[in-house]
Amino acid sequence: MLRYLYADELHKFPELARGMFRDRADQFKTRLGWDVKINEKGEERDQYDDLNPLYIIWEEADGSHGGSMRILPTTGPVMVNDIFGHLTGGKPIHSPLIWEVTRFCLSRTASAHTAGAIMLSGGEVMEGFGLTHIAGVFDARMIRIYRMIGSSPVVLGCEGSGRDQISVGLWPYSAEDCNRVSARAGIPRELSRLWFRTAFGNRAQHRFALSA
Amino acid sequence: MGTKFDLSQILEDLENTSTLEELAAVLVQLRDQLQIDHITYHWVDGAGDQYGFTTYPDAWDKQYRDKNYHRIDPVILGCFQRFHAVDWKQLNWSGKAVRSFLQDAQEHGVGNQGYSIPLRGPSGQFALFTVNNTCDDAGWQAFIDTHGRDLILVAHFLNRKALEFAKNRQPETTRGLSPREIDAMTLLALGYSRAQVAHSLSISEHTLRAYIESARSKLGAQNTTHAIATALSRGLIVV
Repeated sequence: MLRYLYADELHKFPELARGMFRDRADQFKTRLGWDVKINEKGEERDQYDDLNPLYIIWEEADGSHGGSMRILPTTGPVMVNDIFGHLTGGKPIHSPLIWEVTRFCLSRTASAHTAGAIMLSGGEVMEGFGLTHIAGVFDARMIRIYRMIGSSPVVLGCEGSGRDQISVGLWPYSAEDCNRVSARAGIPRELSRLWFRTAFGNRAQHRFALSA
Repeated sequence: MGTKFDLSQILEDLENTSTLEELAAVLVQLRDQLQIDHITYHWVDGAGDQYGFTTYPDAWDKQYRDKNYHRIDPVILGCFQRFHAVDWKQLNWSGKAVRSFLQDAQEHGVGNQGYSIPLRGPSGQFALFTVNNTCDDAGWQAFIDTHGRDLILVAHFLNRKALEFAKNRQPETTRGLSPREIDAMTLLALGYSRAQVAHSLSISEHTLRAYIESARSKLGAQNTTHAIATALSRGLIVV
């Protein structure tokens, strides 16, 4: 299932959190050779993890980490502006209706549908919180993955070439994309919306209702 | 509830304000256009100072402060450290103290429906923008569906404006730099190039960029040169 957890809620799921930070180390350092810091526990963390970001985590049936991504609003410090600002045409991306996704990560044992499931959560976040776009930084190999998942970004700028090419892109909210991603990932929208509502407590309690 | 809400007009009116009182007047206008009961903008900064504006009755404002309700208010607790907007129905209103707080609020004229937008500013600033009304659940849901996104924009615009006033209101609180940020800024102040600084600190230029950016943001500086000048003048770095 998909879990939506702010950093200050991760302690409720210690195994899941450990798995996420270790799988990030495995993906970004070991497999992709990025210049990221690994701590003594074998976890990859950076300064953005200290800003109480929202993590969206695919939890496997056995409770382990299958994949995840990290979200921060572009009204605060974000990588697209701080580190890749030169790729967005000199104008920072700064809107309460645009959130940034980073550290899109899959465990080595992730199933074929995991990437799609995580992508679908991005659609739920956009829909549920009225966002217009998600912004993200991605490398060349992700372009094909996004296409397969069913939701490709609008690329704002790139640097480097071949496998090392890094791009900044925007995903506009599209109900059509959400439904396509949902179908390809094999997760009905009703289920995905239920996970979202479970996390953000949208079960009407009627405590406030005049009729109650 | 109203539909005569012109977002660009409200943003323009907010832009033209230069005091908290003028800002408050625009919000009253917004409330009237939206035909809802109340609008509140409430901010708590890193030092615990409170600042803001509300259309709630004065008696409730006073009661809230006297009773230190911010310590148990589910809206504050549920929005602090968050960045997504919250319908009050999503919050946890259970518990005896909270239920009596809620009852007290409603007796003081606070509506039964609310929508709160958390705002995070520099130096640990935390603010909340809330719209409040008395109506049924379906009516409130329709209101949020129609105006939620515009209200988020208004809230952020308003907070930026209020931060500008606050800067004039009190000397900017100084914020320390981390040891790595101090190292980076010191070497830059000494005239090292970015490549040299990165090499000296045994970090990549990308990582260096992040340190410079975080120092710049903490110092409220426009660019790296401004950040170095600010750090020097505040005595945060010595060369």
